[in-house]
Amino acid sequence: MSIIADHINYTYEIGTGFERQAIKDISFVIEDGEFIGLIGHTGSGKSTLIQHLNGLVKATSGTVYYNGQDIYDKDYDLKTLRSKVGLVFQYPEHQLFETDIFKDVCFGPKNLGLPKMEVELRAFEALRMVGLEENLYYQSPFDLSGGQKRRVAIAGVLAMKPEVLILDEPTAGLDPKGRDDILECLRYLKEETGMTIILVSHSMEDVAKYVNRIMVMNDGVLMYDDTPKNIFTHYRELEEIGLAAPQVTYIMNDLKNAGFDVNTGAITVDEAVESIMASVR
Amino acid sequence: MGIIKTENLTFEYIRRDDEGNVEGITTAVDDVSLDIQAGDFVAILGHNGSGKSTFAKHLNALVAPTEGTVWVDGMDTKEEEHTLDIRQTSGMVFQNPDNQIICTLVEEEVGFGPENIGVPTDEIWECVEKSLKAVGMYRFRKASPNKLSGGQKQRVAIAGIVAMKPKCIVLDEPTAMLDPSGRKDVINILHALNKQENVTIILITHYMEEVIDADHVFVMDEGKVVMEGTPRQIFTQVDKMKELHLDVPQVTEVAYELRMKGLPINQGVLTNAELIAELKRIQG
Amino acid sequence: MLRDITIGQYYQTESVIHKLDPRVKLMGTLVFIISLFLGKSVWIYLGATIFLAVVIKLSNVPLKFILKGLKAVVLLIVLSAAFNLFLTDGRVLVHFWIFTITAEGLYQAVFMVIRLIYLIMGSSLMTLTTTPNHLTDGLEKGLGFLKKIKVPVHEISMMMSIALRFIPILIEETDKIMKAQLARGADFENGNILKRAKAMIPVLVPLFISAFRRANELAMAMEARCYHGDEGRTKMKPLKYQKRDRIAYISMFGYLAVLIALNVWMSGRII
Repeated sequence: MSIIADHINYTYEIGTGFERQAIKDISFVIEDGEFIGLIGHTGSGKSTLIQHLNGLVKATSGTVYYNGQDIYDKDYDLKTLRSKVGLVFQYPEHQLFETDIFKDVCFGPKNLGLPKMEVELRAFEALRMVGLEENLYYQSPFDLSGGQKRRVAIAGVLAMKPEVLILDEPTAGLDPKGRDDILECLRYLKEETGMTIILVSHSMEDVAKYVNRIMVMNDGVLMYDDTPKNIFTHYRELEEIGLAAPQVTYIMNDLKNAGFDVNTGAITVDEAVESIMASVR
Repeated sequence: MGIIKTENLTFEYIRRDDEGNVEGITTAVDDVSLDIQAGDFVAILGHNGSGKSTFAKHLNALVAPTEGTVWVDGMDTKEEEHTLDIRQTSGMVFQNPDNQIICTLVEEEVGFGPENIGVPTDEIWECVEKSLKAVGMYRFRKASPNKLSGGQKQRVAIAGIVAMKPKCIVLDEPTAMLDPSGRKDVINILHALNKQENVTIILITHYMEEVIDADHVFVMDEGKVVMEGTPRQIFTQVDKMKELHLDVPQVTEVAYELRMKGLPINQGVLTNAELIAELKRIQG
Repeated sequence: MLRDITIGQYYQTESVIHKLDPRVKLMGTLVFIISLFLGKSVWIYLGATIFLAVVIKLSNVPLKFILKGLKAVVLLIVLSAAFNLFLTDGRVLVHFWIFTITAEGLYQAVFMVIRLIYLIMGSSLMTLTTTPNHLTDGLEKGLGFLKKIKVPVHEISMMMSIALRFIPILIEETDKIMKAQLARGADFENGNILKRAKAMIPVLVPLFISAFRRANELAMAMEARCYHGDEGRTKMKPLKYQKRDRIAYISMFGYLAVLIALNVWMSGRII
């Protein structure tokens, strides 16, 4: 049970004179239950890459396998794939369209042709998982706050019961509270359902706290694919491609250089505090 | 009186349901009195819905106060004959770069403001060149804004305001939709404008790292100014900031946690160097 | 699919056509359209083809790019060709089932297709070589005399220019929303027309909401930058005729004169 990308390449607008290679020979394996952070600056190809994983974009060359099956096979059912690999786009609240929240969340499972009962059960379950208050279910989605709207949109994808959930910058434009709500909701989902989650982001602090594997993209190439600790040791290289390590990494490295015996692999505030306490004692 | 002064500024709006019946009154800005000095770099922090955007719109005469008064460079924003002068004096940059660019060429976009205030043609060209150079976008002057990145678009929007030679620029979450490098570029340009051209900057944001180098910070919550002071004074109140759902720099948070665990670290650590100095002091 | 629409788009490059005064280009487009309706002689169309080819060559816009714009109106072209082909009376060439193709119909259809294609190519060439702002400046100044009878020429041209700027943005947005709904299992390709039209609701509703939101924000941004109609407004790029504009006027009217002369000589009528 996994996603395999096998040497995929993707070129935009072939034959128009505006050709641009967005994805350059990328291969990886994603196992069940992983929580992955996909990092890269704007235009690095990360949004294009994730659209390959549910078949919205077809690689110019190379193949994607889902659960061992080639998704480019002629008789492969892309619609089912899209329900298994749920994709939440950037600013997903811009896709809400129904008169009330509950109906909007039903849209996905309804498209799968499920019986009405099952559709509604799934919608309830999804709204519960994103932690939306029940008294809001039958209100217009357009009256909600930005963070709430976004959680409704995420529920809209969750209601399809995906095995893999991909989110493209789910915290963009939100304030710290909205951001924490979404990230905590993802953590809860992970624990509750054990689904695979791929989080596209350019905030290192967000990613460091939650994921167990980071993939770094730069200019269409998969530059690093490793654990957060190992990735952030490359913080100078990350800076060169317009990214940065979490602030904690810098604190720990500065402390180390100042002669303190601290763990430079600490990536969250808690780890940093623990390591500093141990070193000053 | 500073360049921007508000006295008991209150803004209310009436909420209506689908049938148009009055549901209630929301007070978006609640009795705000403040005075901003010319040449300052001021940040207004607050989460979404704290009233900071509505407040910002008052500074550009886009919204008129329900109660209280706003003066921009001594002009009362309620007096309509001053509206154009006020908008020229305090320019405004908005959050979404796409929805504030009017023209299809970068240079035309920057020239739009000067055209509106009747600047003669030759001078417009001078303004446009100078403003685009000030934000580092001169080489893109013939480009279409659609082909630019978010950060670049926002720099063009800033140039469009700079070309009107304002004394003050109000920016309403200008970096919320940008990536880290675009965000950094925009903030650096604002500091450069503030230092070199002595333009007053009022930056509305919820990113605390953009606030650290400000001269003065106001924190808004539920329409009120709830905290005010230098960044150091604000960020050392870690508890209060968390209560307001706002971030503090991670180094401040680390120092705060260490203090909670019993290390005698002084309050007010804002940089890595300060943390190192404190730890050295403790170790003796 | 939606990216293929080139009507109203601007193609950024350097060329003498790009530099021409927009009033010249507007007039040129008008002249070209008139010339297409002069007559149905092969010679007229040969003349129009040469004119179009020269202008395209001068404009430095790749022909491929212009032709791409036709894709969006292919249905219109096919329909009008079909109407002419099947509904014109005359000498019967082929007859099958309920369809009859006549020589006159074939002749009509071919000319109609050429006429439509040239019409679209000619007018998209104008927008491809003129920034919307420049274009509206041209309209505003060219139609300025209408202000005297209280036609809000400036406001209309400003609206047009903004609409043109937002076309590519809204197209991109439509693309994005469609993809987002596809990811939620939407199906835009199967089913009958009614079903497909219904399938567009989840795309159209968000699109309208977003368009209104953008319009709101844009209006505010314009106001914040002191926009208040054309009263006391100066121009960054005021329109002034150059030598090349005069040459262009002479060439286009020369072209029209030649075609009219040709038409009179061939058919004895002006039109």
